[in-house]
Amino acid sequence: MNTLLDFIQQNIEMFYVVILSIFLGIEVISKVPSVLHTPLMSGANAIHGVIIIGAIIAIGTAAPDNYLAIVLGFLAVIVGTLNVVGGFVVTDRMLEMFKTRKPVTIKKDTDE
Amino acid sequence: MNSMGASLLSVCYLIGSVAFIVGLKMLAHPDTARKGNQISAAGMALAIIGTLVLYRSGGQHLNNYGWIAGALVIGAVIGTLTARKVKMTAMPQLVSIFNGMGGLCAVLISIIEFNRIAEGSPVLHTLIILAGLLIGSVSFSGSMVAFGKLSGKIKDYAFSGQHIFNLVVLAVVLFLVVYLLCGGAVVPVPFVFYGILVLSVTYGVLFVLPIGGADMPVVISLLNSCTGIATACGGFLYNNPVMLTGGILVGSAGAILTVIMCNAMNRSLMNVLIGSFGAKAAASTPGKEEPHKEISISDAATAMAYAKKIMIVPGYGLAVAQAQNTCHELEKLLQEKGVEVKYAIHPVAGRMPGHMNVLLAEADVSYDLLLDLDQSNDEFPTTDIALILGANDVVNPAAENDPSSPIYGMKILDVGKSKMVIVNKRTMKPGYAGIQNQLFSAPNTSMLFGDAKEVLQKLITEIKAI
Repeated sequence: MNTLLDFIQQNIEMFYVVILSIFLGIEVISKVPSVLHTPLMSGANAIHGVIIIGAIIAIGTAAPDNYLAIVLGFLAVIVGTLNVVGGFVVTDRMLEMFKTRKPVTIKKDTDE
Repeated sequence: MNSMGASLLSVCYLIGSVAFIVGLKMLAHPDTARKGNQISAAGMALAIIGTLVLYRSGGQHLNNYGWIAGALVIGAVIGTLTARKVKMTAMPQLVSIFNGMGGLCAVLISIIEFNRIAEGSPVLHTLIILAGLLIGSVSFSGSMVAFGKLSGKIKDYAFSGQHIFNLVVLAVVLFLVVYLLCGGAVVPVPFVFYGILVLSVTYGVLFVLPIGGADMPVVISLLNSCTGIATACGGFLYNNPVMLTGGILVGSAGAILTVIMCNAMNRSLMNVLIGSFGAKAAASTPGKEEPHKEISISDAATAMAYAKKIMIVPGYGLAVAQAQNTCHELEKLLQEKGVEVKYAIHPVAGRMPGHMNVLLAEADVSYDLLLDLDQSNDEFPTTDIALILGANDVVNPAAENDPSSPIYGMKILDVGKSKMVIVNKRTMKPGYAGIQNQLFSAPNTSMLFGDAKEVLQKLITEIKAI
């Protein structure tokens, strides 16, 4: 019990961040037109690619002779980058198609 | 100097977090969506570069820069190429793969950190590592199965009692986690750890395997949310605010999005995840071929050329045939002939919500011609011809009148209300959800078999000749 309380005490800012982020996520997403469900999912997918920072730290703090950590970390950074880069690029490609088209009003100026 | 670097890094992370929030907010509106995605990407770039340059651990900068740079380049090149090259129809699968990669990343981080756990480190530290491992594995293997299903490589598979079996597997995993945390010494610790890894991966596979292919978008969205939580575990592990914000934000947004998607289909999440078990028997009974009548291309062309109002109902068949441009051509041709043409877009037509909108937008179809479910259903009673292009489950009346159907309760497009229904399909085979469609044997329905693109091209030629 004490360890848990200590943990919460030491990381209290983290807990605030977690709780506020939960509400923020819910607030931000509600009322999305169904047209945007796929791009939104894809965009959110890219954002959780921020886990790559963990991968960079994991490999970056490994001793240069800790080959297991280096190999695993190397793979982790590759797949993390795939998640980030692929995610953002594919989302952009989807949204590229939503570019606002001005309604092409064929003006037949009856000015004959 | 060092502390200034640390402060600068904190600022980078702060800007990154704000960029994620703003980006996600903007992604939820059609006008700002693209910019929102770019803002998130910029925030991500800042956070990554900041970490590379400024991160210090005990006053030491990062090691192994060569490896990191190599991995970044490899990942970026492969990621960009696949994301750019893949066909629009295959995009749902791709999102699934990228999500799985995030999960795998969490797993690998957990393995590295597990091997580094020092003697007497806090139990909670181990707990976070294990949570990242468990959630990441499920997300990874589940996403891979979802990918296989969407690309047609893996079929739905369920055995009796699988539901219970899955729960047992999950219970064993959780037991092992508790066992490891309590420091049980009978079995070597690494053995238990990798046991958790293997069982979690297995659970991910078993969890997704029985769920119907048509429900994969919901599953992907759910797994997306899981990866978000795994990322947040990483944030706790490294005391890293940007990972924490990004992870939790996606975790909660993904969860809500999952529920919204289910609502769009008028089903509950439970029904999607577990419903497949009961429906299996009903769906797999070999359906006898329903009676149906066919229509020739020229008859269809004549009917369409002289109609007043036509509603086009696109589905996955249109996407597979890459017929969106041809479809737009037909639409323009009919409009020149004075026919009113609109598109009826079911929210889950295709393989993902919004799939059809993306596809038709690609072909330059005007935005205001795309009607959503309710708007379309208002229009059908005054429609002369409903032209269904490779859609099936979203127009299946079983969703309204057959309680034993796996799609029962889903809102459908009431195409039957229009005077005439022309259905273009490749064969009489049942749709993606594997159920018969009574619409095809309705008296006002005519079938027009063939590949959507070829059929549309022939229709165009015929109509031009009239």
